[in-house]
Amino acid sequence: MKVLVPVKRVIDYNVKVRVKPDQTGVDLANVKMSMNPFDEISVEEAVRLKEKGKATEVIAVSIGPQQASETLRTALAMGADRGILVKTDGEVEPLAVAKILKAICDAEQPTLVITGKQAIDDDSNQTGQMLAALLGWPQGTFAHKLELGDGSAQIEREIDGGLQTVEVKLPAVMTVDLRLNEPRYASLPNIMKAKKKPIDEKSPSDYGVDVTPRLKTLKVTEPEKRKAGVKVKTVAELLDKLKNEAGVI
Amino acid sequence: MATLVIAEHDNKTLKDATAKVVTAAGQVGGPVHILVAGQGCDAVAQAASKIAGVEKVLVADDALYAKMVAETMETLILSLADKYDAILAPATTNGKNYMPRVAAKLDVPQVSEILSVVSSDTFVRPIYAGNALATVQAPAGKKVITVRTTTFKPAGEGGSAAIEKVSAAADPGLSKFVGEELSKSERPELTSAKIIISGGRGMQSGENFHMLDAIADKLHAAVGASRAAVDAGFVPNDYQVGQTGKVVAPDLYIAVGISGAIQHLAGMKDSKVIAAINKDEEAPIFQVADYGLVADLFKAIPEMNEELTKLGYK
Ligand SMILES: Cc1cc2nc3c(=O)[nH]c(=O)nc-3n(C[C@H](O)[C@H](O)[C@H](O)COP(=O)(O)OP(=O)(O)OC[C@H]3O[C@@H](n4cnc5c(N)ncnc54)[C@H](O)[C@@H]3O)c2cc1C
Ligand SMILES: Nc1ncnc2c1ncn2[C@@H]1O[C@H](COP(=O)(O)O)[C@@H](O)[C@H]1O
Repeated sequence: MKVLVPVKRVIDYNVKVRVKPDQTGVDLANVKMSMNPFDEISVEEAVRLKEKGKATEVIAVSIGPQQASETLRTALAMGADRGILVKTDGEVEPLAVAKILKAICDAEQPTLVITGKQAIDDDSNQTGQMLAALLGWPQGTFAHKLELGDGSAQIEREIDGGLQTVEVKLPAVMTVDLRLNEPRYASLPNIMKAKKKPIDEKSPSDYGVDVTPRLKTLKVTEPEKRKAGVKVKTVAELLDKLKNEAGVI
Repeated sequence: MATLVIAEHDNKTLKDATAKVVTAAGQVGGPVHILVAGQGCDAVAQAASKIAGVEKVLVADDALYAKMVAETMETLILSLADKYDAILAPATTNGKNYMPRVAAKLDVPQVSEILSVVSSDTFVRPIYAGNALATVQAPAGKKVITVRTTTFKPAGEGGSAAIEKVSAAADPGLSKFVGEELSKSERPELTSAKIIISGGRGMQSGENFHMLDAIADKLHAAVGASRAAVDAGFVPNDYQVGQTGKVVAPDLYIAVGISGAIQHLAGMKDSKVIAAINKDEEAPIFQVADYGLVADLFKAIPEMNEELTKLGYK
């Protein structure tokens, strides 16, 4: 079985973003970019399925600018077999990403698609679910544990009240949460090997998808900043302030 | 046309997230209807009908909806979608699960986790862990929206909406609920608690979290955690506060042994009052804390427990 892993190039999670003064967006010039952290977890899970002999091929896909090929190389260095870069500059909304991924699924016929639960730039938390709906497939979102069976999979999910297990028929889409696994670092020899793995370059029009954003961003602003407060010296002083100054206990 | 709100509930009680989404729905416009999808959920429908400003409550009572599995929720909501301009759900793990499926099938973008309604088609939502706020305008057509409930006040009571049964939609037969392991707690839920005390990696073990439990019991608070504390296995996953966990905005948030990474701040910086206890005076949490105490938590927390007893908290 084939596993498809969409990976997004996003601002590195350690970078604190700055809103542009003209309110058109955030400043991404000269900012460190990385693979979306959730997508590292997806790649890890897919590669483990291959190492266990359950998956035959792991295909990484990224939709983004030319530099997204670096994100694909990272996936290849972690153990994915080949990459597909769908090249487009500018922001692509989850719905458009899902449509492109659907077209790729129609062509590649994977048994499992593993996406991140959310991209840490747009924080949408939509793409995997949208893809599943477009394909008419089931989904296991916010996955904590995957048990692959014959023709079906049991997915344990992180939900508001705790954990929930669902059984989905295959093919299916799974979106991963933080505790599914701990992604590996690519070793130097694997980084070298990854350079020789193939990356196919495509464009959204190859899949007949119009990526023009449907949501219009009118402005991007900075949230109100919290002012730093005061330091207290003792626990008693803290409780006194909370009780008599702030009135919250 | 009207606006449809998908109720959040556990078949027995209606969660207050629903009344908050009703407030957002009222601002989006049109008469507000609520869909209660569940099994044996009469009490929930009754409660929904009492929310002020709600015109009608639709009830789909069927085994298919007992656990609000995404695939069955999709076909149910789609079977009703024709009559609505806008469909709203809370940005809970349920809403996040089924709503994007609905949006994709309607071929419209979903507006995720709105913080405010500017007009019937324009909304403010957080991006980059809340470090930027985007004002976005949805295209003509149906609006599919999830709502961050911490920023909307719950609609009041006093309504008397008509309750109408709707039939179950087709079962896509793609998935089924197998089981769940829910955290049991007598304490208030994180997302609705007035006071939260959260622990981080500094707590060092799950055992030590009981020190926070003692204080939580005295203050009727909920207990939360940072990702590091959850990853280390000190507490279950549903304790996590942050960009990718729960977003909370209590009257008081007490952070204990938490450094204050942007991903954590994203989940709690809208709290009314923040207090922090950390032994590192440089910890970024102090930049957002109203009251900061530089101290070893293993000394400060037992002391806080004693002081509270002295002050008469039981
Ligand atoms: C994709 C992604 C998503 C994430 N989502 C979240 C999220 O939703 N929520 C979240 O919280 N994090 C999230 N994180 C993780 C985040 O980046 C931080 O790693 C995490 O918040 C750190 O947790 P911490 O503050 O408990 O641990 P640390 O950063 O290790 O801080 C521990 C603190 O405890 C203090 N301390 C230690 N011992 C004592 C003592 N005896 N007395 C007093 N103080 C003490 C230390 O001074 C230190 O400041 C995410 C990260 C990624 C990459
Ligand atoms: N441009 C993209 N290229 C590849 N994968 C993407 C892209 N956008 C979103 N995804 C996938 O969808 C997940 C959820 O993203 P989102 O719905 O934007 O929060 C990500 O973790 C990726 O796995």
